[in-house]
Amino acid sequence: MGGMVESLVRARGLVKRFGSYTAVDGIDVDIEPGESFGFLGPNGAGKSTTMRMVGAVSPPTAGELRILGMDPAVDGPAIRARLGVVPQTDNLDLELTVEENLLVYGRYFGLPRATVRERTAELLDFVQLTDRAKDRVEPLSGGMKRRVTIARALVNEPDVVLLDEPTTGLDPQARHVLWERLYRLKQRGVTLVLTTHYMDEAEQLCDRLVVMDRGRIAAEGSPAGLIAAWSTREVLELRFPVTEGGPSHAAALAPLAARGAVERVEELPDRLLLYTADGDAALSEVLALGLRPLSSLVRRSSLEDVFLRLTGRTLVD
Amino acid sequence: MALPGPAATSFFVQRLTAHRHFWRSSALGSVLEPVLFLAAMGLTLGTLVDRGPGVPGGVGYLAFLAPGLLVAAAMQTATGESSYPVLGALKWDRLYEAVLATPARPADVLAGHLLYVAFRVTTSAAAFLVVLVLFGAAASPLVVLALPVALLTGLAFAAPVTAMAARLEEDAAFAALQRFLIVPMFLFSGTFFPVAQLPVALEWFAYATPLWHGVALARDLALETAEAGSALLHVGYLLLWTAAGTWLAARALQRRLVR
Ligand SMILES: Nc1ncnc2c1ncn2[C@@H]1O[C@H](COP(=O)(O)OP(=O)(O)O)[C@@H](O)[C@H]1O
Ligand SMILES: [Mg+2]
Repeated sequence: MGGMVESLVRARGLVKRFGSYTAVDGIDVDIEPGESFGFLGPNGAGKSTTMRMVGAVSPPTAGELRILGMDPAVDGPAIRARLGVVPQTDNLDLELTVEENLLVYGRYFGLPRATVRERTAELLDFVQLTDRAKDRVEPLSGGMKRRVTIARALVNEPDVVLLDEPTTGLDPQARHVLWERLYRLKQRGVTLVLTTHYMDEAEQLCDRLVVMDRGRIAAEGSPAGLIAAWSTREVLELRFPVTEGGPSHAAALAPLAARGAVERVEELPDRLLLYTADGDAALSEVLALGLRPLSSLVRRSSLEDVFLRLTGRTLVD
Repeated sequence: MALPGPAATSFFVQRLTAHRHFWRSSALGSVLEPVLFLAAMGLTLGTLVDRGPGVPGGVGYLAFLAPGLLVAAAMQTATGESSYPVLGALKWDRLYEAVLATPARPADVLAGHLLYVAFRVTTSAAAFLVVLVLFGAAASPLVVLALPVALLTGLAFAAPVTAMAARLEEDAAFAALQRFLIVPMFLFSGTFFPVAQLPVALEWFAYATPLWHGVALARDLALETAEAGSALLHVGYLLLWTAAGTWLAARALQRRLVR
């Protein structure tokens, strides 16, 4: 690869079509060594499809894609030898034990058996499953299966780990255990590429991310940078009693926007979001207008707000 | 389609590792089935047959039946291992998806799968052979040649059935395969009686099945009545099914897995 520092993943105008349906619609991506990069987007945005192309298992329909400086159409096996893959749905061998899943997997990378044994022991320790090493995988909890999948993805000491929705479907405690393990990997300098539709996950794990929607990239940046660029510092959330037919509360708030006390008002089915630099001040103004919300909440802007601003929709429906 | 590489062995090892967890029950089946069939058909029915005009060639019914049954069992094992397990690995467990995230390619998965089926067929047939000898059903030591014939017949079924499984979305077709092809073949392809007994149309159906060729070849070898010409024809026909099936399976797996 010479002395040139090249992006680990470089995509230009990357397209994937299934028949006449365009799942990924011309995206540009650069992922640098050592960073933790995320694709944030709702279901159907094209995240998994992108991950499968980056994983060198799904050929792009059009555009340019280079992974670790190689062309997946030519060097698929060589690329995959240096990747670790955690797919959206766990695909462990349910007939095997936890330990066997790793031992068997290591063979595909042409590693000596002793090396695989050694790494398996280390990795099971890393994902805190040493005491389950001899158990069959099938009856394990979702969080444990996920950890086995992550350990398996690390058996070849990959340069890049691809994680497709690493914590979707897990309970909060299991999610936190996983985040903590992934954070350690990141600390070790492993490049992580992950997809998620959880903004808290993206904020926790990503140095840089792209917001993806309907096969396209809507924005790119660090979590803080995206929030600074696309939202206000604070958000005032208001809930009102349900009004049948009457004038909407959003309309009643128009004077605030006109005066510049709030920058923008978003109307969701169950609440209003007021984008403003100072949430408490905005709340006083709302009350001064004679409006009486059922509840109010001042919070900092999040990636959820960025997504809403960019697409007009919420991330999780 | 690329040729398989070392990853095929890795997949074979993966399947063997799984097999180690349930080999006892599968071995029990491999022994019990021939015991039941040889006892029920060979001994009881056989006595009746031998008291009558008997089977052609002047051997006892048990010696006539045993090599055919051994090959028919190979068909069953190979079909079983290539139907639900293949569809399951594609659709339910996503076993192949996991393997293809490594340097392995679809050709490696297919080769590893066929290697594993070959292992299952050969070990089951070996168990069958032991039972057969204990039953006194071996007319000649050459009955051991039924083993390679069982292997070849197994592959002649495994490959096309894998091709079929790789195209399916639902498993209902496997029940139809069993009911309309495998069972009729089992009954009418010369395992239990010479196909010359059949009406002409069915006799030709029998000649077209790979099973008849496997059964006829194993029997000819076991009874020392094989002739080079017909033996080559049988081998050639079984190889043809194996090759065509493998080609179709490779294409189907490539299409299904790389998209
Ligand atoms: N193999 C496929 N065949 C046809 N359509 C597909 C296939 N894979 C994904 N899609 C479609 O592409 C779109 C994007 O899917 P996906 O990449 O899985 O989105 P995400 O992971 O962001 O939820 C979806 O509408 C999905 O139905
Ligand atoms: Mg997805």
